[in-house]
Amino acid sequence: MVLINPPGERLVGMEQYVVLKKRDFNDFIAAVTREQKVFAPVAKGYNQYAFEEVTSGNQIAIDYIPTILPPKKYFMPQYETIATYDTSNGQNMESVMEYEDMVLFGVHTCDLAGIQCLNIVFSQQPKDTNYLMRKNKILIIGYECNSYCDEYASCRLVYNHLPNGGYDLFFTNLENGSFIIHINTLIGEELVKKIKIFKEADDSDLQMLEDLRERKRKIFAKNEVPIEHEKIPELFDKVYDSKIWNELDKRCVACGNCTNVCPTCYCFDVIDEPNLDLKTGRRYRRWDSCQNEEFAKVAGGESFRSERGARQRHRYYRKFSYSIEKFSRSFCTGCGRCSRACMAGIDLKETLTKLVEEQGMKNPDAGYRG
Amino acid sequence: MKTLKRKDSEYEIKKGRILRTKEITDLEKLFEIVLPGGENLNHEPGQFVMVSLLGVGEAPFSVSSSPTKLGSFELVVRNVGKLTNAINRLKAGDEVGIRGPFGNGFPVHILDGSDLLFVAGGIGIVPLHSLINYAIDNRRDFGKVNILLGCNRPEDMLFSDELDEWTKRLDVNFECTVDRADSGWKGNIGLITSLIPGINLIPERTFAFVVGPPIMYKFVVAKLLEKEIPERQILISLERHMKCGLGKCGHCQINGIYCCQEGPVFSYDKIKDMRESI
Repeated sequence: MVLINPPGERLVGMEQYVVLKKRDFNDFIAAVTREQKVFAPVAKGYNQYAFEEVTSGNQIAIDYIPTILPPKKYFMPQYETIATYDTSNGQNMESVMEYEDMVLFGVHTCDLAGIQCLNIVFSQQPKDTNYLMRKNKILIIGYECNSYCDEYASCRLVYNHLPNGGYDLFFTNLENGSFIIHINTLIGEELVKKIKIFKEADDSDLQMLEDLRERKRKIFAKNEVPIEHEKIPELFDKVYDSKIWNELDKRCVACGNCTNVCPTCYCFDVIDEPNLDLKTGRRYRRWDSCQNEEFAKVAGGESFRSERGARQRHRYYRKFSYSIEKFSRSFCTGCGRCSRACMAGIDLKETLTKLVEEQGMKNPDAGYRG
Repeated sequence: MKTLKRKDSEYEIKKGRILRTKEITDLEKLFEIVLPGGENLNHEPGQFVMVSLLGVGEAPFSVSSSPTKLGSFELVVRNVGKLTNAINRLKAGDEVGIRGPFGNGFPVHILDGSDLLFVAGGIGIVPLHSLINYAIDNRRDFGKVNILLGCNRPEDMLFSDELDEWTKRLDVNFECTVDRADSGWKGNIGLITSLIPGINLIPERTFAFVVGPPIMYKFVVAKLLEKEIPERQILISLERHMKCGLGKCGHCQINGIYCCQEGPVFSYDKIKDMRESI
């Protein structure tokens, strides 16, 4: 194993890289599945992909566009039992944590960023201990996008077009018949050592990675929305009363697709489900959506975001304003899922561009570093 | 999927045994609740608890008793939905699940020597009841105490026994008004805002506490500002439907903040620019 400075943008000291021949990829996945369950992107019909359990490398759609649901479904399951109860003799409940030991293969940099956002939210006091225990059961293998997945992505705008950590191993397809793999954690290193199929990366492999990243800098040359990343908070300070929200009000059908597919939307409801004996049952959490009118309703019937435009605005502010104030981080990862999934054709890039233009903040070369 | 049994989850409930219930109106019922071993809830006035009936659900309720009452606490539950309907059918000896207390209550530790003005609309008297009783139990620590209550009809008034007592006390000024009443009613008729101009107060030493239906806040706050009470001394409790109480589920979010964490009690200067607050 060679120890060298990384070829990426982030120079963080000594880094470890190994190489895997593409023809050995199936053997690699097969070897991992002998150790643990493996979940990876699988093709689901025309241009649709989903993370699912795989038992062989052949099932994996390695060059996929963002999956229908992001990998958040493994970190905060859509339905999560948090307690079981038995009321035959009073209010007796036992809290539980559901988890799966797994290897999650093929996570794009946008989705790695999404997982980092969830980690931040759930580790803020008061902590969500179920989430924090579960996330450590998942080994994450990232996978680099060598160019844009499609026109909906805006990963450059939020600096997620290049890896920013959050993985144990990270695969890059060198397009020469090999993957180069960054080993980021001891857990990742142990997996590599256990599966004796990798070879040390040499200087030419690292040079190829350097060249690939250089090509990417040209492909992702400018922000997808004509505004500098640093100006986004200023934009959102100005647009609370924008008429653009009224336009969204007329188009949005309040289906909640955008929040379900968002890698950083984490709102939930807590629901009791009795068994047929009506004595025992479970309490579970279920993904919820601020786009439903019921979401912000109180007992007296008042709703604090009764207009669809106000609910869409809330969604955008949660991604680009509140999260920056609170966590110094964009909660939009640039994955483009909300735009792909919107039945009314509400497009994040288009909405942001309109807001930018409305405020006279348009900079067509935003992000360009020459 | 594997399942790990836990003892220390933040969703763990304590068993609350109902010591006593009292029907206060057709819709509202009071519950006195004891925690295991008579442990004190150790709440601040204005904080809330999550109350569970396993199999039905869980929801936030303001604690209506003062923390000066030890060994048990009280809730007033208005029967408006599935869970509150089930709770209101419970009797002494039955159990509910309790999590909490949660949130920031009224800042009782900074009120020494101040005049207190309570403005309660309808069921808003429930969370304020905790602070009013706290003030009465520590009466020497405060200046003038004014309590204003507005209700829809005379029969909607909660805690009527105590209202009579507050009326009789010389160290408390209690006034109430109703929106409408039959000829048997001898008191004020009109909105709660009509009571505020008549109150004689020194604005800089007055803290006002406002709790009521959402529609009430703007009008009451405007009257209090006319009285020149400083914005930071107007304290408001905002109702939201928390599902977790832990700043995660998103239901209680007001612009960028979680009501369950930074509220439910806010000073007016903190929320006046938050457009979704009132």
